Amino acid sequence: MSLITPDGGLLFWMVLIFGIVFFILAKWGFPVITGMVRKRTAHIQDSLKMARDAENRLGNLAQEQARMIEEARAEQTRILKEAAASRDLLIEEAKAQARDEASRLLEKAKTEIAAEKESAMRDIRKQVALLSVGITEKVLRKDLSETDPQLELLRKLSDEIAAKGLDRNLRN
Amino acid sequence: MKAIRSIFLLLALFLPGFLLSGQETEAEVNFSEVIFSHIGDSYRWHIADFGNKHVELYLPVIVRSKTTGWHLFSSKKLEDGEYQGFRFGSADGPYAGKIVEQGVGGAETRPLDISITKNVLALFFSSGLLLLLILLTARWYKRHDVYKEAPTGLAAFMEPIVMMIDEVARENIGEEDYARYSPYLCMAFLWIILNNLLGVVPLFPFGANLTGNIAITMTLALFTFSIVNFTGRKEYYKEMFLPDVPLFLKPVLPVIEVFSALMKPVSLTVRLFANMLAGHIMILCIVCVIFVVAKMGPALFGSMTVVSVIFGIFLDFLEFLVSFIQAYVFTILSSIYIGIARAKE
Repeated sequence: MSLITPDGGLLFWMVLIFGIVFFILAKWGFPVITGMVRKRTAHIQDSLKMARDAENRLGNLAQEQARMIEEARAEQTRILKEAAASRDLLIEEAKAQARDEASRLLEKAKTEIAAEKESAMRDIRKQVALLSVGITEKVLRKDLSETDPQLELLRKLSDEIAAKGLDRNLRN
Repeated sequence: MKAIRSIFLLLALFLPGFLLSGQETEAEVNFSEVIFSHIGDSYRWHIADFGNKHVELYLPVIVRSKTTGWHLFSSKKLEDGEYQGFRFGSADGPYAGKIVEQGVGGAETRPLDISITKNVLALFFSSGLLLLLILLTARWYKRHDVYKEAPTGLAAFMEPIVMMIDEVARENIGEEDYARYSPYLCMAFLWIILNNLLGVVPLFPFGANLTGNIAITMTLALFTFSIVNFTGRKEYYKEMFLPDVPLFLKPVLPVIEVFSALMKPVSLTVRLFANMLAGHIMILCIVCVIFVVAKMGPALFGSMTVVSVIFGIFLDFLEFLVSFIQAYVFTILSSIYIGIARAKE
């Protein structure tokens, strides 16, 4: 058999068999495999992209978190500062009020003392008058003869009484 | 070292057998006939010899005579000469070794011959094997969720091969319509490499020299040629018949272009055919060296046997490489030709 002359029978079978096998494999063989692998490749690429996105987002999240913590801290200091300020203000106000109250009370006490003093003086004067009237009565009831030593004694007595009454009054 | 020593030991073990068979072979061996019968087609398949007993498979002959119609019979019937008006062509005639019909006036005529020859049977085997391999792989993908499982077994083996050719198609044909041509290229590559490799395996039902047969490579090339020229874009034909060149070149270029388009399948045919045929002939020659030196004394016979076996192993590895390279080259060239026909310019 010649090597370089194609044989008709073999040609016929080759076309037939190769054609049939090609038809079957092109329909149910290769497209299934390549299709699935292409699908899987696309899926893997998508997954990788998604993973990258998620990583980015996670990075952003950490940044966001840090930012929020920073903000919270700033807020905290602000609030603390405000609280301190308002506390100082309150104390200051309370102090002022207390000062006012104290001075008002002092004033009141002073006026009351003055009034008390006045009434005491008035009392003393009344007592002195009564005493003097009593003394006078007693003196008059006694002998009014000895004028000069009598008068001397009277003066002494009235002085003593006045001093004692004033002393008691003041002690009260 | 250990491996080499064991190889030599193994060869020494076979030497007496060779010596014995060498002594038995008294008749002159026609080596070119031996080689050509191995690489050529045949109506029977010689499987092995056990002593003097030939184990042969006689294949069915299917012929259609112009005068007597269809005939189907075993080729064993032709061993004793004529059967139903058919016989083997005489050795010096134009149809030596083929089935001929005694025409009027004593001339030999060829009937329409679609016999199941050795090559056709090998074609059945290898095509069935390819069909099985790919359909089983495809079945794996149908039955498993590719998002959840990595391919195992056959699918894991076939996937990279198929995807390699798919990638070749994508690179050479373009993103747009490579998916349409990828099955053909995969088919061509796998079919060629499978038959190249099976051609080197010397055991039945393999070892037929399919891809070293011009009818086979011609069919493959014609498939590529048809796909290129029947699915090309109109730009491709315009470039071929109405090229944008100066007026005096207009009648010349189409001739050249058409000639080049016709030469492409011829080069595909001859490249694969010649490479595979040469590989087979080389291996057979190296093996024949053993029988050539058989009569030249035991020393030369023994040493040459070792040399030729080692060289034969080396050539088998070379064939292994060539099998891949030729299948790959055929596929790449096909994809490039398709890419040219599908180019938009």
